[in-house]
Amino acid sequence: MVKNKKIHNIKIGFFLAFRQLKHASIWTTGLIVVVMMLTFLNLVVVNGILVGLIESSIEASEDRYSGKVIISTLRQKSIIENSSEIESVLKNLQNVTGIVPRVLAGGTIQADYRRLLKPEETPNQASTNISGIIPSEEDKVTGLSNYVIDGTYLDDEDRDGVLVGAFLINELTPIDSIGFSQLRNIKVGDRLKLTIGNNSKEVYLRGILKSKIDNIDARIIMTQSELRKLIGRSDTNVSEIAVKLTPGSTEEDAVRVKNILIANGYDFDAKIQTAKEAEPKFLKDMKDLFGLLGTLMGSIGLVVASITVFIVIFVNTLTRRKFIGILKGIGITSKSIEYSYIIQSAFYAILGAILGMLVLYGFLVPFIDKHPINFPFSDGILYAPLSGTLWRVLALFVTTIIAGYIPARMIVNKNTLDSILGR
Amino acid sequence: MKEIIIQTKKLTKTFTDGDKQTTVLKSIDMEILAGEFVAIMGRSGAGKSTLLYQISLLDRPTSGEIVIDGVDVHDLSHEERTTFRLNKLGYVFQDYALLPDLTAVENVALPLLMQGMDKKHAYKRSMEVLDQVGLEGKYDSIPAKLSGGQQQRVSIARALAHDPAILFADEPTANLDIESSLLVLKIFKEIHAKGQTIVMVTHEAEYARTADRVIEMKDGVIDGK
Repeated sequence: MVKNKKIHNIKIGFFLAFRQLKHASIWTTGLIVVVMMLTFLNLVVVNGILVGLIESSIEASEDRYSGKVIISTLRQKSIIENSSEIESVLKNLQNVTGIVPRVLAGGTIQADYRRLLKPEETPNQASTNISGIIPSEEDKVTGLSNYVIDGTYLDDEDRDGVLVGAFLINELTPIDSIGFSQLRNIKVGDRLKLTIGNNSKEVYLRGILKSKIDNIDARIIMTQSELRKLIGRSDTNVSEIAVKLTPGSTEEDAVRVKNILIANGYDFDAKIQTAKEAEPKFLKDMKDLFGLLGTLMGSIGLVVASITVFIVIFVNTLTRRKFIGILKGIGITSKSIEYSYIIQSAFYAILGAILGMLVLYGFLVPFIDKHPINFPFSDGILYAPLSGTLWRVLALFVTTIIAGYIPARMIVNKNTLDSILGR
Repeated sequence: MKEIIIQTKKLTKTFTDGDKQTTVLKSIDMEILAGEFVAIMGRSGAGKSTLLYQISLLDRPTSGEIVIDGVDVHDLSHEERTTFRLNKLGYVFQDYALLPDLTAVENVALPLLMQGMDKKHAYKRSMEVLDQVGLEGKYDSIPAKLSGGQQQRVSIARALAHDPAILFADEPTANLDIESSLLVLKIFKEIHAKGQTIVMVTHEAEYARTADRVIEMKDGVIDGK
């Protein structure tokens, strides 16, 4: 009469599980489901925030500084040859939405240059990279003006105004390290002396930048035309080109742009990298490390959840031992009874995961996207890609099923008569 | 001539508790014929329930043979014994042994569903048997909403629904009032009249007289037939 024993046992298991769940206390069921939901969130959110710390930093760097492709000088070179040509090629590419050419030079900025320093005094100065930009173009593509926390952004015609990154001002970012110098006690409007090589120029502090991106916050920014004058360059070549692609572009799109430039032979003039390739190794290592830490912490949650389900199912089977004995006595197979408990465990896991996903994608992710967590070095987001989340759902599901199966099997294997008579 | 449906040879059951061994059944030789209504009687501790548990495959004897409906059940595996119980045997327990999460009709239908009958036919058959035991209109009641007598009748309906070769009843009236007890015995007589083999354990001599034959147990042996 029964064609497929396994499926038949599962069907009977469903029959029993459904009725047991239907008559179970709503509070007990609710409590288990909430534990499952919190476990799921623990699995996803801890990992998501830790990885999100780095991921948001990378995203912000692409958005505010590098774009999807960053073109920089070759070793031993201070400029990118044929910069204008490269820019023209990029402008004609379909998915390129903006390019930002920058001229870079190493230099020093000093605040106390107008008074004579005593021999034991160290000058109030900072040595760093000076970036020459076209303010309107830079702002259009990277939105740099949004990160001016004091003072105002540069005009294209600005002759002696500079923006100073927050890393270079001790009061904003206290760094006490030998070899790293910072400006102290400066305010917007102060006169400063900018020195590049043997050339100096008096400038004034027009604004202070804080973007949580090292390559912005550790630089001095001025108009490209003024920087060119200072370093004595009249050509149109630049030192760095950031390339922005259409929103939602992937790494593959960036690689395609890079390959087009390489196909045109520009890799002999410049170092062409996707933003991902240009990521510092420590950032990749940190991302892996934080991912591992998140997984470890989530795994502890998973163990706790499996113990919870084990205890719940164990107590349930123990108190229902007599009925398990009766089921076996009237001819219900052990497998059907075991399946009924597996199905109940699966129900808790699925419901917990569904509720968890609703909370995650319906509330937590959009909320944290809108109100990022303010970490010192990044605006923390909750990084929870669907594929990773589904893997965690699977992990919770499998763990819960095992945790439900073991106690059920322990009780089902007891002597039938002993179970019925409760001895 | 009626065929033998249950036969035991030198059936022995010994319980071990540490070093102490207690032999509850002592080399029982017994035969029950198909269609017979047999009552097993005896005082508490005489071994009557233990004998029922052995011949109904709810327990394994320490030694001896049991042949039920032509099958030597000694060598059956755990799963084979479960299937044998499902297809050949029906049980009525003293405390009804209904599943609390299932309605009356679901309790009765469960063994039928396990046998592979589709839900529609299983429920139809279950309702018919519930009607037979006088429980029309109680199909959807869960056990907690039924009286003791009603619960025992659901238990009888469950035991009968799959037309078992033998119906085993362990003190089926022990928890019931007289009225309900008499009703249960009346049902037993009716189904016996239709040819059902029944083996009932009881300590009430009056109820035992309902049976065709009484097996008297005393100190683990059959005292009289």
